[in-house]
Amino acid sequence: MEVSGETSAADARPAIRLDGLRIAFGQKGRPAYEAVDATSLTVGENEFVSIVGPTGCGKSTLLNAVAGLLKPAAGGVEVFGRPLSGLCREAGYLFQQDAVMPWKTALDNVALGLEIAGRPRAEALEEARVWLGRVGLARFADRYPHQLSGGQRKRVGLAQVLIRHPKILLMDEPFGPLDAQTRQIMGNLLLGLWAADRKAVLFVTHDLEEAIALSDRVLIMSAGPNARVIGDHRIDLARPRDASEIRLDPRFHELHRAIWNQLRAEVVKTYGEDAA
Amino acid sequence: MSRMKLFALQALVAVVAIAIWWIGSTVKIGGVLLLPPFFFSTPGEVFSRVVRMVATGVVWHHLAVTLIETALAFVIGAAGGILFGFWFARKPTVAAVFDPYLKMVNALPRVVLAPIFMLWLGLGIWSKVALGVTLVFFIVFFNVYQGVKEVSPVVLANARLMGMNDRQLFRHVYWPSALSWMFSSLHTSVGFALVGAVVGEYLGSSAGLGYLIHQAEGVFDIAGVFAGMFVLAVFVLIIDWGVTAIENRLLVWRPQAPIGND
Repeated sequence: MEVSGETSAADARPAIRLDGLRIAFGQKGRPAYEAVDATSLTVGENEFVSIVGPTGCGKSTLLNAVAGLLKPAAGGVEVFGRPLSGLCREAGYLFQQDAVMPWKTALDNVALGLEIAGRPRAEALEEARVWLGRVGLARFADRYPHQLSGGQRKRVGLAQVLIRHPKILLMDEPFGPLDAQTRQIMGNLLLGLWAADRKAVLFVTHDLEEAIALSDRVLIMSAGPNARVIGDHRIDLARPRDASEIRLDPRFHELHRAIWNQLRAEVVKTYGEDAA
Repeated sequence: MSRMKLFALQALVAVVAIAIWWIGSTVKIGGVLLLPPFFFSTPGEVFSRVVRMVATGVVWHHLAVTLIETALAFVIGAAGGILFGFWFARKPTVAAVFDPYLKMVNALPRVVLAPIFMLWLGLGIWSKVALGVTLVFFIVFFNVYQGVKEVSPVVLANARLMGMNDRQLFRHVYWPSALSWMFSSLHTSVGFALVGAVVGEYLGSSAGLGYLIHQAEGVFDIAGVFAGMFVLAVFVLIIDWGVTAIENRLLVWRPQAPIGND
Protein backbone atom coordinates (compact mmCIF):
# COMPACT_ATOMS: atom_id res chain seq x y z
CA MET A 1 0.00 0.00 0.00
CA GLU A 2 2.64 2.46 1.07
CA VAL A 3 4.84 1.72 -1.94
CA SER A 4 2.20 1.59 -4.59
CA GLY A 5 2.08 5.10 -5.91
CA GLU A 6 0.88 3.66 -9.19
CA THR A 7 -2.26 1.94 -7.90
CA SER A 8 -5.28 3.17 -9.72
CA ALA A 9 -6.46 5.73 -7.20
CA ALA A 10 -8.52 7.41 -9.88
CA ASP A 11 -10.70 4.31 -10.22
CA ALA A 12 -12.07 4.87 -6.72
CA ARG A 13 -14.92 7.32 -6.16
CA PRO A 14 -13.42 10.59 -7.37
CA ALA A 15 -13.09 13.42 -4.89
CA ILE A 16 -13.25 16.01 -7.65
CA ARG A 17 -14.72 15.58 -11.12
CA LEU A 18 -14.80 18.34 -13.67
CA ASP A 19 -16.88 17.69 -16.74
CA GLY A 20 -16.61 19.94 -19.78
CA LEU A 21 -15.86 22.94 -17.58
CA ARG A 22 -15.89 26.32 -19.29
CA ILE A 23 -15.06 29.57 -17.51
CA ALA A 24 -15.49 32.93 -19.17
CA PHE A 25 -14.88 36.42 -17.88
CA GLY A 26 -17.42 38.85 -19.24
CA GLN A 27 -17.07 42.56 -19.59
CA LYS A 28 -19.89 44.74 -20.81
CA GLY A 29 -19.68 45.54 -24.49
CA ARG A 30 -16.83 43.15 -25.16
CA PRO A 31 -16.78 39.53 -26.19
CA ALA A 32 -16.27 37.28 -23.18
CA TYR A 33 -12.74 36.08 -22.51
CA GLU A 34 -12.79 32.30 -22.39
CA ALA A 35 -10.19 31.45 -19.81
CA VAL A 36 -10.85 27.74 -19.53
CA ASP A 37 -12.68 25.65 -22.10
CA ALA A 38 -14.07 22.12 -22.12
CA THR A 39 -11.86 20.89 -19.32
CA SER A 40 -12.53 17.52 -17.80
CA LEU A 41 -10.49 15.91 -15.07
CA THR A 42 -10.87 13.75 -12.02
CA VAL A 43 -8.96 13.62 -8.76
CA GLY A 44 -9.26 10.36 -6.84
CA GLU A 45 -9.98 10.23 -3.15
CA ASN A 46 -6.40 9.68 -2.03
CA GLU A 47 -4.70 11.18 -5.01
CA PHE A 48 -2.20 14.02 -5.23
CA VAL A 49 -2.69 15.69 -8.60
CA SER A 50 -0.70 18.65 -9.88
CA ILE A 51 -1.57 20.99 -12.70
CA VAL A 52 1.27 22.65 -14.56
CA GLY A 53 1.03 25.05 -17.43
CA PRO A 54 2.39 28.30 -18.80
CA THR A 55 1.68 31.49 -16.86
CA GLY A 56 -1.77 32.91 -17.31
CA CYS A 57 -3.25 29.68 -18.64
CA GLY A 58 -6.08 29.63 -16.14
CA LYS A 59 -4.73 27.17 -13.57
CA SER A 60 -5.80 29.34 -10.66
CA THR A 61 -9.13 30.03 -12.31
CA LEU A 62 -9.76 26.31 -12.48
CA LEU A 63 -8.94 25.96 -8.79
CA ASN A 64 -11.27 28.82 -7.87
CA ALA A 65 -14.06 27.07 -9.75
CA VAL A 66 -13.48 23.89 -7.72
CA ALA A 67 -13.54 25.93 -4.51
CA GLY A 68 -16.79 27.53 -5.57
CA LEU A 69 -15.34 31.04 -5.62
CA LEU A 70 -16.09 31.27 -9.37
CA LYS A 71 -19.17 30.16 -11.22
CA PRO A 72 -18.43 28.21 -14.40
CA ALA A 73 -20.14 29.36 -17.60
CA ALA A 74 -20.83 25.75 -18.55
CA GLY A 75 -20.05 22.27 -17.42
CA GLY A 76 -20.14 20.83 -13.96
CA VAL A 77 -18.04 20.49 -10.83
CA GLU A 78 -18.74 17.41 -8.77
CA VAL A 79 -17.34 16.86 -5.31
CA PHE A 80 -17.60 13.31 -4.01
CA GLY A 81 -20.30 12.62 -6.57
CA ARG A 82 -22.45 15.62 -5.67
CA PRO A 83 -22.73 18.67 -7.93
CA LEU A 84 -21.17 21.70 -6.30
CA SER A 85 -23.40 24.61 -5.41
CA GLY A 86 -22.00 27.61 -3.61
CA LEU A 87 -18.72 27.28 -1.75
CA CYS A 88 -17.01 23.91 -1.49
CA ARG A 89 -17.28 23.07 2.21
CA GLU A 90 -15.13 19.93 1.91
CA ALA A 91 -12.15 21.85 0.60
CA GLY A 92 -9.29 23.61 2.32
CA TYR A 93 -7.66 26.23 0.13
CA LEU A 94 -4.06 27.36 0.47
CA PHE A 95 -3.64 30.59 -1.45
CA GLN A 96 -0.63 31.91 -3.29
CA GLN A 97 -0.81 35.21 -1.41
CA ASP A 98 -0.88 35.51 2.35
CA ALA A 99 -4.40 34.79 3.46
CA VAL A 100 -3.92 34.62 7.22
CA MET A 101 -5.55 37.37 9.27
CA PRO A 102 -2.87 39.97 10.01
CA TRP A 103 -4.65 41.03 13.22
CA LYS A 104 -4.47 37.58 14.83
CA THR A 105 -1.46 35.78 16.28
CA ALA A 106 -0.24 32.58 14.63
CA LEU A 107 -2.03 30.54 17.29
CA ASP A 108 -5.32 32.43 16.93
CA ASN A 109 -5.12 32.14 13.17
CA VAL A 110 -4.77 28.36 13.35
CA ALA A 111 -7.47 28.00 16.01
CA LEU A 112 -9.87 30.16 13.99
CA GLY A 113 -11.15 27.34 11.78
CA LEU A 114 -12.22 25.31 14.79
CA GLU A 115 -13.64 28.28 16.66
CA ILE A 116 -16.00 29.27 13.88
CA ALA A 117 -17.14 25.66 13.67
CA GLY A 118 -18.34 26.08 17.25
CA ARG A 119 -15.59 24.37 19.24
CA PRO A 120 -14.85 25.87 22.67
CA ARG A 121 -11.97 28.33 22.53
CA ALA A 122 -9.75 26.51 25.02
CA GLU A 123 -10.08 23.27 23.09
CA ALA A 124 -9.44 25.02 19.77
CA LEU A 125 -6.31 26.68 21.14
CA GLU A 126 -4.99 23.40 22.46
CA GLU A 127 -5.38 21.69 19.12
CA ALA A 128 -3.94 24.72 17.34
CA ARG A 129 -0.79 24.36 19.45
CA VAL A 130 -0.45 20.76 18.28
CA TRP A 131 -0.78 21.84 14.66
CA LEU A 132 1.68 24.69 15.06
CA GLY A 133 4.09 22.08 16.40
CA ARG A 134 3.50 19.88 13.36
CA VAL A 135 4.44 22.69 11.01
CA GLY A 136 7.46 23.54 13.17
CA LEU A 137 6.22 26.81 14.61
CA ALA A 138 5.65 25.84 18.25
CA ARG A 139 7.89 28.67 19.43
CA PHE A 140 6.12 31.28 17.32
CA ALA A 141 2.57 30.86 18.61
CA ASP A 142 2.29 34.43 19.89
CA ARG A 143 3.79 36.16 16.87
CA TYR A 144 1.72 38.22 14.50
CA PRO A 145 2.02 37.48 10.77
CA HIS A 146 4.16 40.56 10.09
CA GLN A 147 6.68 39.25 12.62
CA LEU A 148 7.09 35.99 10.69
CA SER A 149 9.02 35.25 7.52
CA GLY A 150 7.27 34.39 4.25
CA GLY A 151 7.89 30.68 4.76
CA GLN A 152 6.64 30.81 8.33
CA ARG A 153 3.47 32.56 7.23
CA LYS A 154 2.90 29.76 4.71
CA ARG A 155 3.27 27.23 7.52
CA VAL A 156 0.65 29.09 9.54
CA GLY A 157 -1.61 29.03 6.48
CA LEU A 158 -1.03 25.31 6.04
CA ALA A 159 -1.86 24.57 9.68
CA GLN A 160 -4.89 26.85 9.45
CA VAL A 161 -6.19 24.79 6.54
CA LEU A 162 -5.27 21.33 7.81
CA ILE A 163 -6.66 21.72 11.34
CA ARG A 164 -10.15 21.64 9.83
CA HIS A 165 -9.42 18.22 8.31
CA PRO A 166 -10.76 19.07 4.87
CA LYS A 167 -11.31 16.07 2.59
CA ILE A 168 -9.85 18.00 -0.32
CA LEU A 169 -6.83 20.28 -0.40
CA LEU A 170 -6.66 22.96 -3.07
CA MET A 171 -3.29 24.63 -3.39
CA ASP A 172 -2.61 27.56 -5.68
CA GLU A 173 1.15 27.90 -6.13
CA PRO A 174 1.36 27.95 -2.34
CA PHE A 175 5.15 28.02 -2.27
CA GLY A 176 5.47 30.33 -5.27
CA PRO A 177 6.84 33.39 -3.46
CA LEU A 178 9.41 31.40 -1.44
CA ASP A 179 13.08 30.83 -2.21
CA ALA A 180 14.24 27.50 -3.63
CA GLN A 181 15.48 25.92 -0.39
CA THR A 182 12.39 26.91 1.56
CA ARG A 183 10.21 25.50 -1.22
CA GLN A 184 11.84 22.08 -0.92
CA ILE A 185 11.50 22.13 2.87
CA MET A 186 7.85 23.11 2.55
CA GLY A 187 7.38 20.37 -0.06
CA ASN A 188 8.70 17.78 2.35
CA LEU A 189 6.59 19.15 5.16
CA LEU A 190 3.52 18.92 2.94
CA LEU A 191 4.34 15.35 1.86
CA GLY A 192 4.83 14.30 5.48
CA LEU A 193 1.52 15.77 6.60
CA TRP A 194 -0.26 14.44 3.53
CA ALA A 195 1.00 10.88 4.07
CA ALA A 196 -0.80 10.78 7.43
CA ASP A 197 -4.28 10.65 5.89
CA ARG A 198 -3.83 11.04 2.12
CA LYS A 199 -6.40 13.64 1.25
CA ALA A 200 -7.27 14.41 -2.32
CA VAL A 201 -4.98 17.24 -3.42
CA LEU A 202 -5.22 19.50 -6.43
CA PHE A 203 -1.94 21.38 -6.56
CA VAL A 204 -1.34 24.18 -9.04
CA THR A 205 2.23 25.15 -9.79
CA HIS A 206 4.42 26.44 -12.58
CA ASP A 207 7.36 24.47 -11.24
CA LEU A 208 7.47 21.13 -13.06
CA GLU A 209 10.09 19.62 -10.75
CA GLU A 210 7.99 20.44 -7.72
CA ALA A 211 4.95 18.90 -9.40
CA ILE A 212 6.75 15.63 -10.21
CA ALA A 213 8.35 15.38 -6.78
CA LEU A 214 5.03 15.71 -4.95
CA SER A 215 2.34 14.17 -7.16
CA ASP A 216 0.73 10.92 -8.23
CA ARG A 217 -0.32 12.53 -11.49
CA VAL A 218 0.75 15.64 -13.34
CA LEU A 219 -1.70 17.34 -15.70
CA ILE A 220 -0.59 19.80 -18.34
CA MET A 221 -2.74 22.72 -19.32
CA SER A 222 -2.47 24.38 -22.70
CA ALA A 223 -1.73 28.07 -23.10
CA GLY A 224 -4.78 30.31 -22.73
CA PRO A 225 -7.28 31.49 -23.80
CA ASN A 226 -9.49 28.42 -24.13
CA ALA A 227 -7.02 26.52 -21.99
CA ARG A 228 -7.69 22.85 -21.41
CA VAL A 229 -5.94 19.80 -20.05
CA ILE A 230 -3.78 18.36 -22.80
CA GLY A 231 -1.61 15.90 -20.93
CA ASP A 232 -2.00 13.44 -18.08
CA HIS A 233 1.17 11.83 -16.76
CA ARG A 234 1.24 9.21 -14.03
CA ILE A 235 4.21 9.62 -11.67
CA ASP A 236 5.24 6.11 -10.67
CA LEU A 237 7.93 7.11 -8.19
CA ALA A 238 7.84 5.16 -4.94
CA ARG A 239 6.49 6.76 -1.78
CA PRO A 240 7.43 7.91 0.78
CA ARG A 241 9.53 10.39 -1.11
CA ASP A 242 11.97 13.06 -0.16
CA ALA A 243 11.13 16.13 -2.18
CA SER A 244 14.78 17.11 -2.65
CA GLU A 245 16.46 13.72 -3.06
CA ILE A 246 13.89 12.36 -5.48
CA ARG A 247 15.22 14.86 -8.00
CA LEU A 248 18.38 12.74 -8.34
CA ASP A 249 16.41 9.59 -9.25
CA PRO A 250 16.92 8.46 -12.89
CA ARG A 251 13.19 7.78 -13.25
CA PHE A 252 12.55 11.38 -12.17
CA HIS A 253 14.64 12.57 -15.11
CA GLU A 254 12.82 10.35 -17.57
CA LEU A 255 9.46 11.67 -16.40
CA HIS A 256 10.73 15.22 -16.38
CA ARG A 257 11.95 14.91 -19.97
CA ALA A 258 8.70 13.37 -21.19
CA ILE A 259 6.48 15.97 -19.54
CA TRP A 260 8.73 18.92 -20.37
CA ASN A 261 8.70 18.02 -24.05
CA GLN A 262 4.95 18.48 -24.06
CA LEU A 263 4.93 21.49 -21.75
CA ARG A 264 7.63 23.35 -23.66
CA ALA A 265 5.47 23.72 -26.74
CA GLU A 266 2.81 25.46 -24.67
CA VAL A 267 5.25 27.72 -22.87
CA VAL A 268 6.80 28.76 -26.18
CA LYS A 269 3.31 29.52 -27.47
CA THR A 270 2.71 31.95 -24.61
CA TYR A 271 5.96 33.76 -25.16
CA GLY A 272 5.37 33.85 -28.91
CA GLU A 273 2.11 35.69 -28.34
CA ASP A 274 3.67 38.08 -25.87
CA ALA A 275 6.40 38.96 -28.33
CA ALA A 276 3.96 39.57 -31.17
CA MET B 1 18.54 59.41 18.48
CA SER B 2 18.38 58.51 22.14
CA ARG B 3 15.33 59.35 24.21
CA MET B 4 17.24 61.68 26.51
CA LYS B 5 18.80 63.61 23.66
CA LEU B 6 15.43 63.98 21.96
CA PHE B 7 13.86 65.27 25.16
CA ALA B 8 16.72 67.72 25.71
CA LEU B 9 16.28 69.13 22.21
CA GLN B 10 12.51 69.40 22.66
CA ALA B 11 13.05 71.31 25.91
CA LEU B 12 15.58 73.54 24.19
CA VAL B 13 12.97 74.69 21.68
CA ALA B 14 10.67 75.77 24.52
CA VAL B 15 13.49 77.53 26.36
CA VAL B 16 14.56 79.49 23.27
CA ALA B 17 11.00 80.50 22.41
CA ILE B 18 10.26 81.66 25.95
CA ALA B 19 13.59 83.49 26.13
CA ILE B 20 12.84 85.45 22.96
CA TRP B 21 9.38 86.29 24.26
CA TRP B 22 10.78 87.30 27.64
CA ILE B 23 13.51 89.53 26.20
CA GLY B 24 11.14 91.09 23.68
CA SER B 25 8.57 91.95 26.30
CA THR B 26 10.81 93.15 29.15
CA VAL B 27 14.12 94.44 27.74
CA LYS B 28 14.05 97.73 25.86
CA ILE B 29 16.03 97.58 22.65
CA GLY B 30 16.73 101.03 21.22
CA GLY B 31 14.27 102.53 23.65
CA VAL B 32 11.29 100.36 22.63
CA LEU B 33 9.90 96.98 23.66
CA LEU B 34 9.67 94.76 20.60
CA LEU B 35 6.77 92.83 22.17
CA PRO B 36 4.71 95.34 24.19
CA PRO B 37 3.20 93.57 27.22
CA PHE B 38 -0.23 94.99 26.46
CA PHE B 39 -0.37 92.85 23.34
CA PHE B 40 1.96 90.00 24.27
CA SER B 41 2.02 89.95 28.09
CA THR B 42 5.18 88.49 29.66
CA PRO B 43 6.18 84.91 30.41
CA GLY B 44 6.35 85.67 34.13
CA GLU B 45 2.86 87.09 34.27
CA VAL B 46 1.33 84.26 32.24
CA PHE B 47 3.10 81.73 34.45
CA SER B 48 1.88 83.33 37.66
CA ARG B 49 -1.64 83.45 36.21
CA VAL B 50 -1.51 79.73 35.42
CA VAL B 51 -0.25 79.02 38.93
CA ARG B 52 -3.04 81.10 40.43
CA MET B 53 -5.69 79.37 38.29
CA VAL B 54 -4.46 76.00 39.42
CA ALA B 55 -3.96 77.05 43.07
CA THR B 56 -7.41 78.57 43.48
CA GLY B 57 -8.94 75.59 41.71
CA VAL B 58 -10.82 77.76 39.18
CA VAL B 59 -9.33 75.87 36.27
CA TRP B 60 -10.47 72.40 37.32
CA HIS B 61 -14.13 73.12 36.87
CA HIS B 62 -13.58 74.50 33.38
CA LEU B 63 -11.23 71.67 32.45
CA ALA B 64 -13.78 69.11 33.58
CA VAL B 65 -16.49 70.70 31.45
CA THR B 66 -14.28 70.74 28.37
CA LEU B 67 -13.17 67.17 29.03
CA ILE B 68 -16.74 65.90 29.32
CA GLU B 69 -17.74 67.70 26.12
CA THR B 70 -14.73 66.28 24.28
CA ALA B 71 -15.37 62.75 25.50
CA LEU B 72 -19.07 62.84 24.63
CA ALA B 73 -18.37 64.34 21.20
CA PHE B 74 -15.81 61.64 20.49
CA VAL B 75 -17.91 58.71 21.69
CA ILE B 76 -21.11 59.79 19.94
CA GLY B 77 -19.32 60.85 16.73
CA ALA B 78 -17.27 57.65 16.60
CA ALA B 79 -20.28 55.42 17.26
CA GLY B 80 -22.22 57.14 14.49
CA GLY B 81 -19.24 56.99 12.14
CA ILE B 82 -18.72 53.28 12.75
CA LEU B 83 -22.40 52.48 12.30
CA PHE B 84 -22.81 54.45 9.09
CA GLY B 85 -19.38 53.47 7.78
CA PHE B 86 -20.29 49.80 7.99
CA TRP B 87 -23.76 50.32 6.62
CA PHE B 88 -22.59 52.31 3.60
CA ALA B 89 -19.66 50.00 2.85
CA ARG B 90 -21.87 46.92 2.85
CA LYS B 91 -24.71 48.57 0.89
CA PRO B 92 -23.24 50.30 -2.18
CA THR B 93 -26.66 51.55 -3.30
CA VAL B 94 -27.18 53.44 -0.05
CA ALA B 95 -23.68 54.87 -0.34
CA ALA B 96 -24.30 55.99 -3.91
CA VAL B 97 -27.60 57.71 -3.01
CA PHE B 98 -26.19 59.63 -0.04
CA ASP B 99 -22.79 60.38 -1.56
CA PRO B 100 -23.47 63.99 -2.77
CA TYR B 101 -25.15 64.93 0.52
CA LEU B 102 -22.28 63.55 2.58
CA LYS B 103 -19.79 65.52 0.54
CA MET B 104 -21.95 68.63 0.89
CA VAL B 105 -22.21 68.43 4.66
CA ASN B 106 -18.56 67.52 5.04
CA ALA B 107 -17.49 70.54 2.99
CA LEU B 108 -19.45 72.87 5.28
CA PRO B 109 -17.26 74.86 7.70
CA ARG B 110 -18.55 73.60 11.06
CA VAL B 111 -18.29 77.02 12.72
CA VAL B 112 -21.39 78.17 10.84
CA LEU B 113 -23.30 75.33 12.47
CA ALA B 114 -22.45 76.52 15.98
CA PRO B 115 -25.15 79.22 16.20
CA ILE B 116 -27.76 76.75 14.95
CA PHE B 117 -26.77 74.16 17.55
CA MET B 118 -26.91 76.88 20.19
CA LEU B 119 -30.47 77.74 19.18
CA TRP B 120 -31.49 74.10 19.13
CA LEU B 121 -29.66 72.79 22.17
CA GLY B 122 -29.09 75.85 24.35
CA LEU B 123 -25.93 77.22 25.91
CA GLY B 124 -25.16 74.06 27.94
CA ILE B 125 -22.73 71.34 27.01
CA TRP B 126 -24.88 69.69 24.32
CA SER B 127 -24.47 72.40 21.70
CA LYS B 128 -20.68 71.96 22.05
CA VAL B 129 -20.97 68.19 21.92
CA ALA B 130 -23.03 68.47 18.74
CA LEU B 131 -20.38 70.64 17.11
CA GLY B 132 -17.67 68.11 18.03
CA VAL B 133 -19.80 65.25 16.75
CA THR B 134 -20.11 66.80 13.30
CA LEU B 135 -16.31 66.93 13.14
CA VAL B 136 -15.55 63.46 14.56
CA PHE B 137 -18.30 61.67 12.69
CA PHE B 138 -16.88 62.31 9.24
CA ILE B 139 -13.32 61.32 10.07
CA VAL B 140 -14.41 58.05 11.64
CA PHE B 141 -17.02 57.44 8.97
CA PHE B 142 -14.59 57.76 6.06
CA ASN B 143 -11.98 55.60 7.78
CA VAL B 144 -14.37 52.80 8.72
CA TYR B 145 -15.84 52.89 5.22
CA GLN B 146 -12.35 52.56 3.75
CA GLY B 147 -11.40 49.87 6.26
CA VAL B 148 -14.32 47.67 5.27
CA LYS B 149 -13.74 48.28 1.56
CA GLU B 150 -10.01 47.59 1.74
CA VAL B 151 -10.18 44.13 3.28
CA SER B 152 -7.88 41.97 1.20
CA PRO B 153 -9.98 39.81 -1.18
CA VAL B 154 -7.70 36.84 -0.44
CA VAL B 155 -8.22 37.10 3.31
CA LEU B 156 -11.94 37.41 2.66
CA ALA B 157 -12.04 34.37 0.35
CA ASN B 158 -10.02 32.41 2.89
CA ALA B 159 -12.43 33.35 5.67
CA ARG B 160 -15.46 32.38 3.62
CA LEU B 161 -13.95 29.05 2.61
CA MET B 162 -13.27 28.41 6.29
CA GLY B 163 -17.04 28.46 6.63
CA MET B 164 -17.61 31.83 8.26
CA ASN B 165 -21.16 33.16 8.22
CA ASP B 166 -21.95 36.87 7.97
CA ARG B 167 -21.73 37.44 11.71
CA GLN B 168 -18.36 35.69 11.95
CA LEU B 169 -17.05 37.57 8.92
CA PHE B 170 -18.00 40.78 10.68
CA ARG B 171 -16.29 39.79 13.92
CA HIS B 172 -13.12 38.24 12.55
CA VAL B 173 -12.54 40.17 9.34
CA TYR B 174 -14.46 43.41 8.79
CA TRP B 175 -14.42 44.68 12.37
CA PRO B 176 -10.64 44.35 12.99
CA SER B 177 -9.88 45.86 9.61
CA ALA B 178 -12.22 48.81 10.13
CA LEU B 179 -10.91 49.33 13.66
CA SER B 180 -7.33 49.49 12.48
CA TRP B 181 -8.27 52.25 10.04
CA MET B 182 -10.23 54.06 12.69
CA PHE B 183 -7.42 53.93 15.20
CA SER B 184 -4.94 55.18 12.66
CA SER B 185 -6.98 58.40 12.65
CA LEU B 186 -7.54 58.47 16.40
CA HIS B 187 -5.22 61.42 16.97
CA THR B 188 -7.07 63.50 14.42
CA SER B 189 -10.55 62.60 15.58
CA VAL B 190 -9.82 63.14 19.29
CA GLY B 191 -8.19 66.46 18.39
CA PHE B 192 -11.26 67.51 16.44
CA ALA B 193 -13.57 66.55 19.30
CA LEU B 194 -11.61 68.99 21.45
CA VAL B 195 -11.67 71.68 18.77
CA GLY B 196 -15.45 71.34 18.54
CA ALA B 197 -15.80 71.70 22.30
CA VAL B 198 -13.50 74.71 22.65
CA VAL B 199 -14.87 76.59 19.63
CA GLY B 200 -18.41 75.98 20.86
CA GLU B 201 -17.51 77.32 24.29
CA TYR B 202 -15.80 80.29 22.76
CA LEU B 203 -18.91 81.24 20.80
CA GLY B 204 -21.26 81.10 23.74
CA SER B 205 -21.22 79.30 27.07
CA SER B 206 -20.84 79.69 30.80
CA ALA B 207 -18.02 77.26 31.47
CA GLY B 208 -15.04 75.53 29.82
CA LEU B 209 -11.59 76.50 28.60
CA GLY B 210 -13.02 78.23 25.55
CA TYR B 211 -15.19 80.31 27.90
CA LEU B 212 -12.15 81.23 30.02
CA ILE B 213 -10.23 82.42 27.00
CA HIS B 214 -13.19 84.32 25.64
CA GLN B 215 -13.80 86.07 28.99
CA ALA B 216 -10.18 87.17 29.24
CA GLU B 217 -10.22 88.41 25.67
CA GLY B 218 -13.33 90.49 26.35
CA VAL B 219 -11.45 92.64 28.88
CA PHE B 220 -8.15 92.76 26.95
CA ASP B 221 -6.57 90.50 29.57
CA ILE B 222 -3.81 89.11 27.35
CA ALA B 223 -2.14 87.23 30.20
CA GLY B 224 -5.46 85.50 30.86
CA VAL B 225 -5.79 84.52 27.18
CA PHE B 226 -2.29 83.08 27.08
CA ALA B 227 -2.79 81.28 30.38
CA GLY B 228 -5.96 79.69 29.02
CA MET B 229 -4.14 78.68 25.84
CA PHE B 230 -1.31 77.21 27.89
CA VAL B 231 -3.65 75.08 29.97
CA LEU B 232 -5.40 73.97 26.77
CA ALA B 233 -2.08 73.00 25.18
CA VAL B 234 -1.00 70.93 28.19
CA PHE B 235 -4.41 69.29 28.19
CA VAL B 236 -4.01 68.38 24.50
CA LEU B 237 -0.55 66.91 25.11
CA ILE B 238 -1.84 64.68 27.91
CA ILE B 239 -4.77 63.46 25.81
CA ASP B 240 -2.38 62.78 22.93
CA TRP B 241 -0.14 60.63 25.13
CA GLY B 242 -3.18 58.72 26.26
CA VAL B 243 -4.25 58.11 22.67
CA THR B 244 -0.77 56.90 21.73
CA ALA B 245 -0.82 54.46 24.64
CA ILE B 246 -4.21 53.08 23.59
CA GLU B 247 -3.04 52.83 19.99
CA ASN B 248 0.09 50.88 20.88
CA ARG B 249 -1.99 48.53 22.96
CA LEU B 250 -4.63 47.84 20.29
CA LEU B 251 -2.56 47.80 17.14
CA VAL B 252 0.25 45.47 18.22
CA TRP B 253 -0.41 43.33 15.17
CA ARG B 254 0.58 46.08 12.77
CA PRO B 255 4.10 46.45 11.48
CA GLN B 256 5.69 49.50 13.07
CA ALA B 257 6.63 52.25 10.68
CA PRO B 258 10.21 53.16 11.42
CA ILE B 259 10.18 56.49 13.26
CA GLY B 260 13.23 58.51 14.22
CA ASN B 261 15.72 56.32 12.38
CA ASP B 262 18.58 58.32 11.06
